[in-house]
Amino acid sequence: MNKAPDTDGFGDVMVVGGGISGIQAALDLATAGFKVFLVEKSPTIGGKMAQLDKTFPTNDCSMCIESPKFIECDRHPNIEILTYTEVERVEGRAGDFRVTLAKKPRYVLQDRCSGCTTCVSYCPVPVPDPFNQKLSSNKAVHIYFAQAIPLVPYIDENCLYLKEGKCRICEAVCQKDAIDFNQVPERVEVRVGAVVLCPGYDAFDPGPRNDYGYGKFPNVVTSLDFERLLCATGPHEGEILRPSDGRHPHRIAWIHCVGSRQVTPGGHGYCSSVCCTYIQKQVILTKDHDDEAQCTIFHNDIRSYGKDFERFYQRAEKLPGIRFVRSYVSVGREIPETRNVTIRYATDDRGVQEEEFDLVVLGVGLSPPKDARRLADLFGLELDEHGFCRTDPTNAMRTTRPGVLVSGAFQGPMDIPESVITASGAGSLVGELLDRRRGRLARERVYPPERDVSQEEPRVGVYVCHCGANIGRIVDVPSTVEYALGLPNVVHAEESLFICSTEAAQRLATSIKEKGLNRVVVAACTPRTHEPLFRDTLREAGINQYYFDMANIREHCSWVHSREKEAATRKAQDIIRMSVARACHLESLQEFRLPVDKRALVVGGGLSGMTAALSIARQGHEVWLVEKEPELGGMARRLHTTLEGLDVQAYLQDVVRQVYRNPSVHVLTGAAILETAGYVGNFATRVRAQGREVEIRHGATVIAVGADEYRPTEYRYGEDPRVLTQLELEGKLAADDPQLADVRSVVMIQCVGCRQEDRNYCARLCCGQAVKNALQLKRRNPATDVYVLFRDMRTYGFREDYYREAADRHVRFVRWEPEDRPEVEPATEEGRPVLRVSVPDPILGQRLALDADLVVLSAAVVPAATSQDVSRQFKVATGPDGFFQEAHVKLRPVDFAADGVFLCGTAHYPKHIAEAVSQAYGAAGRAVTLLSQDTVVASGSICRVEERDCVACGACIQACTYGAIEFHDTARGRKARVNAVLCKGDGLCNTKCPTGAIALLHYTDEELLSQIDAAAAEPARAT
Amino acid sequence: MSAELEFRPKMLGIVCNWCCYGGADLCGVSRFQYPPFIRLVRVMCSGRVDLAHILRAFANGMDAVFVGGCHINDCHYVTEGNYDAIAMVEVCRELLRRIGLRPERLRLEWVSAGEGIRFAGIMNEYAAQVQKLGPLGQAEGEGLDQAELRLRLEAATRLVPFARLALTGRLRPGVRTEEAYRRFFAGEEFRRLFDELVGDRLAVSRILLLLRERPRSTAELAARLGWSASEVSRHVKSSSKQGLVRFDVARGCYSLAGG
Repeated sequence: MNKAPDTDGFGDVMVVGGGISGIQAALDLATAGFKVFLVEKSPTIGGKMAQLDKTFPTNDCSMCIESPKFIECDRHPNIEILTYTEVERVEGRAGDFRVTLAKKPRYVLQDRCSGCTTCVSYCPVPVPDPFNQKLSSNKAVHIYFAQAIPLVPYIDENCLYLKEGKCRICEAVCQKDAIDFNQVPERVEVRVGAVVLCPGYDAFDPGPRNDYGYGKFPNVVTSLDFERLLCATGPHEGEILRPSDGRHPHRIAWIHCVGSRQVTPGGHGYCSSVCCTYIQKQVILTKDHDDEAQCTIFHNDIRSYGKDFERFYQRAEKLPGIRFVRSYVSVGREIPETRNVTIRYATDDRGVQEEEFDLVVLGVGLSPPKDARRLADLFGLELDEHGFCRTDPTNAMRTTRPGVLVSGAFQGPMDIPESVITASGAGSLVGELLDRRRGRLARERVYPPERDVSQEEPRVGVYVCHCGANIGRIVDVPSTVEYALGLPNVVHAEESLFICSTEAAQRLATSIKEKGLNRVVVAACTPRTHEPLFRDTLREAGINQYYFDMANIREHCSWVHSREKEAATRKAQDIIRMSVARACHLESLQEFRLPVDKRALVVGGGLSGMTAALSIARQGHEVWLVEKEPELGGMARRLHTTLEGLDVQAYLQDVVRQVYRNPSVHVLTGAAILETAGYVGNFATRVRAQGREVEIRHGATVIAVGADEYRPTEYRYGEDPRVLTQLELEGKLAADDPQLADVRSVVMIQCVGCRQEDRNYCARLCCGQAVKNALQLKRRNPATDVYVLFRDMRTYGFREDYYREAADRHVRFVRWEPEDRPEVEPATEEGRPVLRVSVPDPILGQRLALDADLVVLSAAVVPAATSQDVSRQFKVATGPDGFFQEAHVKLRPVDFAADGVFLCGTAHYPKHIAEAVSQAYGAAGRAVTLLSQDTVVASGSICRVEERDCVACGACIQACTYGAIEFHDTARGRKARVNAVLCKGDGLCNTKCPTGAIALLHYTDEELLSQIDAAAAEPARAT
Repeated sequence: MSAELEFRPKMLGIVCNWCCYGGADLCGVSRFQYPPFIRLVRVMCSGRVDLAHILRAFANGMDAVFVGGCHINDCHYVTEGNYDAIAMVEVCRELLRRIGLRPERLRLEWVSAGEGIRFAGIMNEYAAQVQKLGPLGQAEGEGLDQAELRLRLEAATRLVPFARLALTGRLRPGVRTEEAYRRFFAGEEFRRLFDELVGDRLAVSRILLLLRERPRSTAELAARLGWSASEVSRHVKSSSKQGLVRFDVARGCYSLAGG
């Protein structure tokens, strides 16, 4: 909120939709040097992710991981956020779009409002709270949610004044005169070169069909309703209370596939991809809330196809009081006395039953956004048969309209990481299109020179924030200011209603200069969100940003001790005393800038690696593409078609040709990486290729080393030539191999080599691959008998259509359990040598024998043989299954924790071609946000060795697995030395050094001990 | 009024920025209430928390110290400093036990940034536990006056460099799993190593501090320390060999070698 809005309307990119995908696209593009308009139709950015309680499979708090990105967008000098705004007209073409936007009136002036919410408390009109799925009420004037950006209320259509022309209480109580009922809808025209559409999805609405009594029985809720019930900021502050009577439900049922995998009218034929796992998350969280809860999950296939999903499923399944029941269920009834709901279901062993539940949660699927049609018409693009955006089969970010890209769930059902990946991918494609404009409109901030205060006595200024009433109602702020003035070295103290407001920040900067302050303590909220803002203010005022400390008297005081005002006031004073003590010891630290080498290295020349290399090269960077095999292409060389019918070989040849034709891409095949060193922006890698060694210098690295096919040892593979893997069958189908000529019967076996103890994950793509090959066999000869022996068919997303098609074409699907696996024996049937496959039939209770001419194994995808070497060389981690580990499973899916190294393709986890390509563009986009910078900034809070005290014991070196500390020779012998660039500032070495020679700057012993001493000291007398 | 009579302990928390501090923030955001006894110090990693910080807090009269980090395998850093926090806290608790303080006065917990409710739960429970223990030195089994407390904490503080060396050397498990750490610090081997690397030095350190006041006989030392005469004798003999103390034959007393 501290930047002046640009109203000239000239920009580079418009991002439509401010959910997590739009936020990521905007941040990537703005950082990569483009001016971005982020347009959101609701009153705040955040989207659906903001409504979720936790995110699977890590159960991170959804809002806590998303909201820092809100602030990042808000502060970014190259992002202009337009909320409560819709697109009205689009003209022009790629490179030059003119877009007319309509801003709805909020009736609250954004630049005046301080977010104090006094208007909300006085508003007499209660309305169902849309953020809480209308399960609780809010006011006609309200802030959408506490972390909203902008943090400004809006007045909705329920307002008495807007409806009937009376009331205006809010106007009277607002001290800032921020209410303005004269606001009218405003039209804004913006000019941009490209558009990224990220409108997301809408949760399937079971209302119109009254699915399972939804809308009729109060105790039937959707899974999104349940997210809010689980959430601490939800309608009952995190207590799960059922709607009919506000009691705690103990018997809770979840119903899978509501609105998904249905070809009945009103439903969706596709699989929504995310519901299986979010239901497991809800079950786990329900048990966290109430360990007595009895949870029953009525499911079809369990589709745990994502990274770590299989373990997550096992975790849910193993909890006490949990039942997973594989059954379709039918409409229940409501028991009038209790308002409990019954569900009818059937199991193999017990037949049809009816059971009563206190609460029923519908696992609703993902529908196309409600305004999909309107958006498609506005932007002149096509929708697919499911109503999502039609995309290019080889590039899921491309719509049918050049210059208009799509990311997130408007492509089709997907979860958060894919929404982030495709956002970065769309960013890369925009970069390809608009590379020449990069940096022209982007702004960089200029700060005044820093005053050297290191020789001065500390002169501390203390600013105590009321935070509206949040602090001031509990903590006695005026007496706390008085108290602060009595502390040693404090020369100035004052109170502020909202220290974070634009106005207060300016006053703070002025008073630093006027009072000659050289240390600043802000007593307000948490440094985790607000420290960067105030550090920035110090820079504006011309003093080093590390002379700042924050006393958290809100989250750690007024909010948690609201019933003990006096004790809270004393505690606030203690916290401030500690902060002031620390501030006096703070040192000026320099963040240093490191130059960025503009070249990139891509390790792995499969489809992912080539795609990433090309996209980076098209944005003006030289790329080295290193492949260990003599030929480019990787696993794709063995693939011929996709489920959707793509000619993979033609596509692959085209990509290889583009790689060789691009003068900026340098290909090294038959290459081995010998060694790599350096850090973000400055890597050096030695490669041996075709007998010679080269040293490559590069600023970014993309790891795209792919994965391997598992070599089965099961089911007579390798013993009997009639047992093949799916890839081998695919090759034979493409080559019209004579072995297939007389094949009358084929049995496919799923989950070979995975979903078992030693490989406890799902290889994700085998179900689709089996359906693909089964359909191919049926197309060759409809009389061929094809059986697929499966555990759960995991044809997630639109792949479900092909699964249904296969069933329609009489491919027979037979389910087996891991306790009772299929067996394969050679046999002779009527003189024909066959492979007899037996599999238990749960309905008949005996084994089914299938005679096959071919047995095809859906062999797992396993980590590439080289992945451990690559992991060591590039200092990047692999996960428990041996695949590479991204920095954050949800929000940094293509970054490694190591700065400057990115990840894509099956090296990350098994995935289909289109998914790998999306991720490759994502990695390219992330790499270019780095490479488009001239420098990277490294934190000033790193370790420093006092050589005089160093005894060269090496304890610090042993502790630092970043390899940031080395010995070097000095006139006084061997001493440890910190490589400032590699040091990440954890300070572990400090606790190992027997002589205290090494210190983490900004967290030195002196600074910490001064705080610890101040914590204990009896409060000094205020003067 | 009973509220005034109620013991309001002083508690210090040292918590990591990425997880536990975030959990404390979320606790506030969620308005979960807990007693206003604790003051928090923020560090970047729980592995930055040092023995010296904790002993200083106790020397300043804190009744309890809380260390909060990320759950195992969730450390923000590849160095996985939370393992170092376990080892440091276990060694510190053993030190506290050896100087006659209740080890419960130091507590280590993992709280993720998403676990506001867990932070509140721990704060409530720990505050109640420390209230029950009473002021530092006055819990059941402690019974130390201020002077004795100060002396003992000083003895422990002098050991910090040795304990640090032990922590980087043998006083830690070879494998970095939570299970291995739990087993190691609960096991006999840990106690044996602690004695060898830290415990004996602590005993010597305590004897030296008593001798700093004035020369004392073995019997006097044994009575003051509550140890057996043979144990005291073992330590003064080894200290004598190292030239730290000398025996005054005439008076039958030990005194500091330099004094």
